[in-house]
Amino acid sequence: MSILIDDNTQVIVQGITGRDGSFHAKTMLADGTKVVAGVTPGKGGSEMEGIPVYNSVAEAQLAHRIDASVIFVPAKFASAAIREAADAGVPLIVCITEGVPVLEMLENYYYVGEKGVRLIGPNCPGLISPGKCKIGIMPLRIHRPGGIGVISRSGTLTYEVVYNLTAAGLGQSTCVGIGGDPIIGTGFIDLLALFENDPDTTGVVLIGEIGGEDEEAAAQYIKDNMSKPVVAFVSGRSAPAGKRMGHAGAIISGGKGTAEAKVRAFTEAGVAVAEKPDEIPGLLHGRS
Amino acid sequence: MKIHEYQAKELFGEYGLPVQRQEVAADAKTARAAAERIGGEVVIKAQVLVGGRGKAGGVKLVDSGAEAERKAGDILALTIKDLPVEKVLIAPAAEILQEYYLGMILDRGSKTIVLMVSAEGGVDIEELAVTFPEKIHQLAINPVAGIDAPALRSVLSAAFPVPQLREQAEDTVYKLYRLFLEKDCSLVEINPYAKVDGEQLLALDAKVNFDDNALYKHPELERFKNPEEYSEDEIEARNNGLSFVSLDGTIGCIVNGAGLAMATLDIVKLYGGDPANFLDVGGSSNPEKVLNALRIILGNPKVKAILINIFGGITRCDDIANGILMAMDQIDIKVPLVIRLIGTNDVEGRRLLVDRGFRVAERLSDAVEQVVKQV
Repeated sequence: MSILIDDNTQVIVQGITGRDGSFHAKTMLADGTKVVAGVTPGKGGSEMEGIPVYNSVAEAQLAHRIDASVIFVPAKFASAAIREAADAGVPLIVCITEGVPVLEMLENYYYVGEKGVRLIGPNCPGLISPGKCKIGIMPLRIHRPGGIGVISRSGTLTYEVVYNLTAAGLGQSTCVGIGGDPIIGTGFIDLLALFENDPDTTGVVLIGEIGGEDEEAAAQYIKDNMSKPVVAFVSGRSAPAGKRMGHAGAIISGGKGTAEAKVRAFTEAGVAVAEKPDEIPGLLHGRS
Repeated sequence: MKIHEYQAKELFGEYGLPVQRQEVAADAKTARAAAERIGGEVVIKAQVLVGGRGKAGGVKLVDSGAEAERKAGDILALTIKDLPVEKVLIAPAAEILQEYYLGMILDRGSKTIVLMVSAEGGVDIEELAVTFPEKIHQLAINPVAGIDAPALRSVLSAAFPVPQLREQAEDTVYKLYRLFLEKDCSLVEINPYAKVDGEQLLALDAKVNFDDNALYKHPELERFKNPEEYSEDEIEARNNGLSFVSLDGTIGCIVNGAGLAMATLDIVKLYGGDPANFLDVGGSSNPEKVLNALRIILGNPKVKAILINIFGGITRCDDIANGILMAMDQIDIKVPLVIRLIGTNDVEGRRLLVDRGFRVAERLSDAVEQVVKQV
């Protein structure tokens, strides 16, 4: 078992003929993902490495069962792509694109909610259940199948954490990059609930960072609802206030969103907090 | 993107918000002429992109042209929180009867735009939020539904019991909301929103921040860009497609990915070092980017050692290695480099560097420990 995706998940790629879309469509295919179709308006009828390309998600849907879509289109077109997938009722939409305007995302958030579909991202590396399905851009080889669920606001930092987990013999059930933007489709709490109910997940690693108060809310949720061990890591302890640290969402404003507040919230909720990624496996072993 | 008060007020004017006549000056003589044109008592305010101007002596009342010239000169000589004052705003001095606060911010948690109103404006609103949170009245606006008119009236009534004032505030809120949406703001604030003679409410200060992701939609905001919002190396980094924030320490850092970059700085601190910067080379692995990153970091005389931490995903470690070698050939690097490469093509990348005499770490903790020892 895993959450959100498994070895039957059929995936389409929106923006499949673009530079990033084509590269990652090929990589996902090579990594064992069932990439059944691609979408690029105006390129319908062509093929990309044997993957049929359609003009729209709706058109692709006539020929394929679509369980998930991954979006690689430029930021200017990302909102339209998200809505197109939502309109077609694609149950899981993963938006990799960085730089989507925040107010557009605010509206998209309610839009996908109304359609009853799930959005992951934007500005995220995607998700992977090692050995089953990969929807995103993470390197497959650092992962191993196993029982640890990973939820993260970051990309390469997640790789660092996963690398340390795998090196310590801890495989992963599903790793989800939720995205580094202020407004994202799926947050920590949604995924903590899914991992809590997943029989194959034995423990969870939560990777947060400065900005917003989602980690604080997650800490409270863990305290009230989680029976499985959770270990947290928070990046940005040394970040100055008021500066955007790369991610649009990583900014300390008005004294809120500091790493100290997040670490304190986790500690008070009984969640172990690692100071470095290589401490995480030991903390998990100590708890599970 | 942040803009100055005078720029925000210019924008407020376009939206029909209640602002005073204003002039801007970059030197004392021009300030004097402006004060004389406006006549009577005027206020001279430093234009800097940080708060706390008043306490720093950046706001003065004057009642003659000569005094305006003198005080404007004083203010223009100030440096507030490391930012030199380059312009002053000159406006009529208002007789303030009461100071209110009006603000709108995008709230990530509730996924709404939150309006904040208080009858105790003029003070630091973040302080007020901690000491007397009950004095700030809030209305969460769902962007799909828009402003709920009866709910707005009830929130405003708490701060403005007099109907005539409440109606003025209501009008201001609708205009402010339109500006917030149309210009893709992340924050708009009027503090103080002041009641002046004649029962009139005026925006005596104005603060507007824009969402950087949406700036491409707003070429009309180009004119508001202030180069001083970012340091020189931050601007150079941005022009080279790098995400960069300068810090005070001695260890230059080059990392791929924002989250890993932040974590790397944290670990440097944990081991007793002091990072000189945040630098994310991004997802692509163009060797030129590494060269430019090294060039920018080496331009900082405080840097005593450099840590390069790459976790290859889309980024290929051999490209990074080639970038480092390119930099070795083109610039004179006098400080020690500590390199950690792992992920896509790391074996090739490490070999390229080891052949040229570099030591390359696999574990992040090892690399950090080494670089901290170098300073």
